[in-house]
Amino acid sequence: MIDSRLQRFLRSPVVWPLAGLALLLVVNLIHNPDFLKIGVLEGHLFGAPVDIFNQGARTFVVALGMTLVIATGGVDLSVGSVMAVAGATAGLCITSGHTSLPLVLAATLGAGALAGLLNGILVAYAGVQPIVATLILMVSGRGIAQFVAHGDVLLIKHPGFEYLGKGFLLGLPFAAILAGLLYLVAQAALRRTAAGLFIEAVGDNPVASRFAGLATARMKCLAYLLCGLCAALAGAMDAANIGAADPYRSGENMELDAIFAVVVGGTALNGGRFTLAGTFAGVLLLQTLSPTLVFLGVPPPVASVPKAILILVVCVLQSDRAGRWLRGLLPKKEVA
Amino acid sequence: MSQPPPLLALRGIGKKFPGVTALAGVDLTVLAGEIHALLGENGAGKSTLIKVLTGVYPADAGEIRLKGELVRPASPKEAEQCGISTVYQEVNLVTSLSIAENLCLGRQPGKGGFVNWPAVRRHARTALARLGLELDVDAELGSLSVALQQMVAIARALDLKARLLILDEPTASLDEKEVGDLFAIMRRLRGEGLGIVFVTHFLDQVYAVSDRITVLRNGALVGEYLTAELPRLALVGKMLGRDIAEATHATGGTATQTPTGAPLLAARGLSRQGALHPLDLEIRQGEILGLAGLLGSGRTETARLLFGIDQRDSGELTRDGKSVGLHSPREAIAAGLAFCSEDRKHEGILPNLSVRENLIVALQARQGATRPLSRAEQDKLCDHYIRALRIKTASPETPIKNLSGGNQQKVLLARWLATRPALIILDEPTRGIDIGAKAEIEALVAQLCADGVSVLFISSELDEIVRNSTRVVVLRERRHAAEFTGTDLNAPRVMQAMAGGHQAHD
Repeated sequence: MIDSRLQRFLRSPVVWPLAGLALLLVVNLIHNPDFLKIGVLEGHLFGAPVDIFNQGARTFVVALGMTLVIATGGVDLSVGSVMAVAGATAGLCITSGHTSLPLVLAATLGAGALAGLLNGILVAYAGVQPIVATLILMVSGRGIAQFVAHGDVLLIKHPGFEYLGKGFLLGLPFAAILAGLLYLVAQAALRRTAAGLFIEAVGDNPVASRFAGLATARMKCLAYLLCGLCAALAGAMDAANIGAADPYRSGENMELDAIFAVVVGGTALNGGRFTLAGTFAGVLLLQTLSPTLVFLGVPPPVASVPKAILILVVCVLQSDRAGRWLRGLLPKKEVA
Repeated sequence: MSQPPPLLALRGIGKKFPGVTALAGVDLTVLAGEIHALLGENGAGKSTLIKVLTGVYPADAGEIRLKGELVRPASPKEAEQCGISTVYQEVNLVTSLSIAENLCLGRQPGKGGFVNWPAVRRHARTALARLGLELDVDAELGSLSVALQQMVAIARALDLKARLLILDEPTASLDEKEVGDLFAIMRRLRGEGLGIVFVTHFLDQVYAVSDRITVLRNGALVGEYLTAELPRLALVGKMLGRDIAEATHATGGTATQTPTGAPLLAARGLSRQGALHPLDLEIRQGEILGLAGLLGSGRTETARLLFGIDQRDSGELTRDGKSVGLHSPREAIAAGLAFCSEDRKHEGILPNLSVRENLIVALQARQGATRPLSRAEQDKLCDHYIRALRIKTASPETPIKNLSGGNQQKVLLARWLATRPALIILDEPTRGIDIGAKAEIEALVAQLCADGVSVLFISSELDEIVRNSTRVVVLRERRHAAEFTGTDLNAPRVMQAMAGGHQAHD
């Protein structure tokens, strides 16, 4: 029983990002034996692992939504821009004197939901290719964010709002706790209901799903809507973290990080089976990679190259074909 | 007296795919200046033969001779260079380019990367003139009707010094007048000495235009006949693999009770452009209604319209006497219908999901996402159906793609049975599965009927449909052709109705 559970774990795609993560940890520990050390300062935990969780929280929130969209067989390139729009919306609310936190959050998330709905309608009902449909908002989203922010970086002074990105609860960064809660809520909402199954069915074979009576278009649209909501939340967290809504830089390249985390985590880019735990592992891997590269002395401008190589390796290892090839390399005594 | 070699001679062509023999020892002879019909039901090997001939697949055995010369095309391009050109059912031209551009695409006249546009247009006009067509060669291809697009495709194919033209179901999406125009062009080309291989499902068209017929069945050659000497009924018999003599002795339907129940589902004037002419159909409570007909007769089209997959152009559907929309599978399922598609792979299974998930998905979809079946309920359903239908799977958690075709089919049947439908539409439920599984599925259909479920049973196997149905409706050329019940229901009569034509009815 334990054996079969172990076997199943070893066969699950989550193994690869975890293995990568372990490798990174070993490298870091060799360079800096204190890498995993967590200290306490003014009642807050600090240290590299805390930073990774704190920084990774936003990426994870975006990647969570992205997992759903990719599971339906699509992709959402607009998440970075939606983050900027959401941040700018929050900034506009606060700077224009509407400081009630529920109102700010409602406006911010509303902006994200609207963006997601637009993507969803384009993809699910108008039949536009997901890459093209979301590219529209990816490009125009930055413009919308600048329009909302009147072309400025809006400084945010709102302790309640800033708590989203900078606060500590029970010594832990609030952003990480929020991401963790969101993970639990999403896991329950998808796996305790049949929603997760429906998303996987639609991504695995949309025609057969429609024939089986699933509202395929509605499921797809919902995935984009949720992805927009997640991106907006991440945008609010980002603005809260730096204390400003930056329509130019907020969420820059976030779509790539999110897609990478999802794919590295074992959710196939062509849809079907998804795993939120895998996405979580993927985000940890990516977030650990950046400081590791800094430790190793890789200059930041070229840091994207080793990052890309690692992602490529994990993706290749996950592919069926590579798996078959690797198995072919093993001695075949038992078979004969 | 030595005869000149025929234009095309295929001898002993064999082709194996992993696990299947698609072709074995097939011959095909096409003379210059003849229209040769290549016929056969699903899985007969027509498309594989054409793909071998056009270089898409290499043949495993046999030889291809063009005018006596051995050829071995390794790609469609090489086949074209040999003089074998093909026009497929789906026009594969670029609809956003002009006619002239389409005709010259990939072989533009000109030098050093520059295109000689006047030459392109001149060339295009010549190519069209050969077919007797006068079109504005600068017009966008997409602005033409499908029929004209098809003719442009033919013109393009002929452009390449073609000696043999293969028309693969060219008439599938054409109306009657357009078919007539196409035939005129085919006859014209025949007059020029071209050999034409004509693949179609429509027997009327075979008799209207072809000179000779080659029939394939299950990847083997049945025979080659002169069209004028092969009666329609005999042809259908050859396609279905039944002797007429044998057919006369076949027993009638075994189901004895005559269905008298009220109609469960009724269609009035159900039609869709290019798929089905207005059709009246009634399915009664607890009957097995067989829908017979040759390939392309409108069987699957009827099922798709009933289940809301395709939208009907006209017609009314009533369920228990009340008008119903059934504009989507969701609506149809809510009305108690179920539909097991003939295309298991594309329209049935969710390949990477488990047997359990595949089994419960339709029931769960009807209940909605917020009312999930508990894991215990799911396991109970799985246990029940895995045992009842004897589904061979390592576990309910195995991905369905790892199961054999017959077992996949049983899982799909279980998916629909789990929804407890009032009417289940089975489109070719026994295709591509082994004999044992076939018998089990037939037994299951009888059991369903005994339980009061109505079944719409679609099959291209004559015996199967006669054996299993309480009533049979025959479709021909997308119309209602005949209906049989009780003692009238026997294989010869059904076959006669499928063949149609001018044979005397007794």
